[in-house]
Amino acid sequence: MMHRLRKSSNWLIAYVGVFLLFLYAPALLLPLFAFNDSSVISFPLAGFTTQWFAAVLDNDPLHRAARNSLIVALSTAALSTTLGVFAARASTRYEFPAKRGMLGLVMVPMVLPEIIVGVSLLVVVVQLGLSLSLLLIILGHVLICTPFCTAILGAAFQGLDRSLEEASIDLGRTRFMTFVLITMPLVLPGIISSLLLSFTISLDEFIIAFFLTGTEATLPVYIWGQLRFPQRVPGLMALGTILLVVSLLLLVCAEYFRRRGARTMGRQEQGGFF
Amino acid sequence: MPDNDVAPQPIIQTVGVDKSFGDVQALRSISLEIEQGMFFTLVGPSGCGKTTLLRVMAGFEQPTTGHVIIDGKHVAGVPANKRPTNMVFQNYAVFPHLNVGDNIAYGLRSKKMAEDLIRRKVSEALEMVGLSGYEARPSHALSGGQRQRVALARALVLKPKVLLLDEPLSALDKKLREQMQSELRHLQRNVGITFILVTHDQEEALTMSDRIAVMFSGEIAQVDSPATLYQRPCSRAVAEFVGFMNFLDVRKLDTDSGRVEIEGLGTVEIGPRQAPGGFDGEIVAGVRPELFTILFDGEPTAERLCTGRITELQYFGDMTYYEAKLDGIDRTVTISMRNTSGREVLEVGAKARIGWSPESLLILS
Repeated sequence: MMHRLRKSSNWLIAYVGVFLLFLYAPALLLPLFAFNDSSVISFPLAGFTTQWFAAVLDNDPLHRAARNSLIVALSTAALSTTLGVFAARASTRYEFPAKRGMLGLVMVPMVLPEIIVGVSLLVVVVQLGLSLSLLLIILGHVLICTPFCTAILGAAFQGLDRSLEEASIDLGRTRFMTFVLITMPLVLPGIISSLLLSFTISLDEFIIAFFLTGTEATLPVYIWGQLRFPQRVPGLMALGTILLVVSLLLLVCAEYFRRRGARTMGRQEQGGFF
Repeated sequence: MPDNDVAPQPIIQTVGVDKSFGDVQALRSISLEIEQGMFFTLVGPSGCGKTTLLRVMAGFEQPTTGHVIIDGKHVAGVPANKRPTNMVFQNYAVFPHLNVGDNIAYGLRSKKMAEDLIRRKVSEALEMVGLSGYEARPSHALSGGQRQRVALARALVLKPKVLLLDEPLSALDKKLREQMQSELRHLQRNVGITFILVTHDQEEALTMSDRIAVMFSGEIAQVDSPATLYQRPCSRAVAEFVGFMNFLDVRKLDTDSGRVEIEGLGTVEIGPRQAPGGFDGEIVAGVRPELFTILFDGEPTAERLCTGRITELQYFGDMTYYEAKLDGIDRTVTISMRNTSGREVLEVGAKARIGWSPESLLILS
């Protein structure tokens, strides 16, 4: 029995190893070629250089695209998390007619192909005679991010003991102050997760942004445009490396705050990114 | 119990309160008057509406019909945060992200009070519940009993007119529960605030309260002092819920004079006080286990006697509980005997002479 278990666990370890290799090895090629002194992306490596990073730093259209992406992602995160708070609150605290149907409709964009969202939004915009702008991209992203935020925040609100809010009201606070002083701090880990997830989804969303981009491209749309020029590819590798490092830092920060939050609340360590 | 001629003003009063949740009627015309300074207990099996009634008083639920009067003022439509009541929740609801001091100061801070005054009141409140110097403790480092005390201090520091306690002891283990029962009682006497306790534990209700309201399925069955409730329950349901009661079948003989025949015991005359519900309907005779006496040789005889055989016994050290089958009937009765010095403990199968008195009988429907 013991022997069989060990044998099968060897297979499991191998499976996990292969799985992780396929998942992360391609990403590790990014920094490798970003420091490679050749504009051709192939082995053997030619030598060490930082010129591609210099090129990234010295590229105005790229900075513009990065700025646009940040504006879109930050706005999307804030808006969809706010909407998610409303929806999650409604679903966990209140009863109203057609509640299930309405919440179902909120969640639909999660499974809707983005290309359909993109095309239909473009049709609406053209019919209304609006001009393409970052605002439209933000609205499109809010549409697809809100279901994720609602799901995350729903779980956070669900875990909140109702009597805590009642106790606060009983001790003389208004509903609004109760929300600020009790509800918000207690669902804060959920809110941070929601902000991070919607920020990430929006940051690398391509299809909707591609359809709704006018003159102001977001970073994914800009990168896609640059792929036509082979000599720019190492620069994109450098850009990718920077994004990778930034994402990892964000993740570490998020996890740090989550754990600190869990500690002050005295909760059992569970879930999380790592 | 104050016995003045002038009835004291009730601190909280419910008048014909009904409460429905959809098709479910949780409360049916509840009219209660609770005097200032009482330890009042709402007791009943789970689902009887006692917690709903407490939440109506607190302002978390609005009555469907009827109204609540607190300290002479109608509080219809007054939200919980504007009522002179405070609540201790079943799970204590101690705010997990605030430390003990901030938890207790929570209600004071909404009153725009000077910070050093708040600090003094917090430390007084902590002293009152025996947690002096706990201000900086994080809430999650508290034990169940300490949480309970923090919740109490947090509510009492606001000097409410009425403190509402929703099954505050049910989550504690037996020993701690008994300790908290007597502490709560002392605390209530010291602060003089009216306490309204909800519990499903009739023993807890009996030991702690000045007055008890027994509730069944949304209605109040009886409101009385613990002793009256135990000695003179008004119905079979109350008698069964509060303490243990033996029930024996009754044959009516002459209800005008109160003569009835009780199985195994014979014919007795029942005074009007012993039949609070009259003789109509399906009636049974009830006897508390301690009102039967097993007569040992040399002990004085009782007013009436019957015989039986011990079928089972439980020995508790100070008390012995016997199950005895009475001769001539198919029923066993429970008899509790105090094990005073020199009194032997009978064995199963032993014959017993059982004494009782007609005054100890109750006729209940």
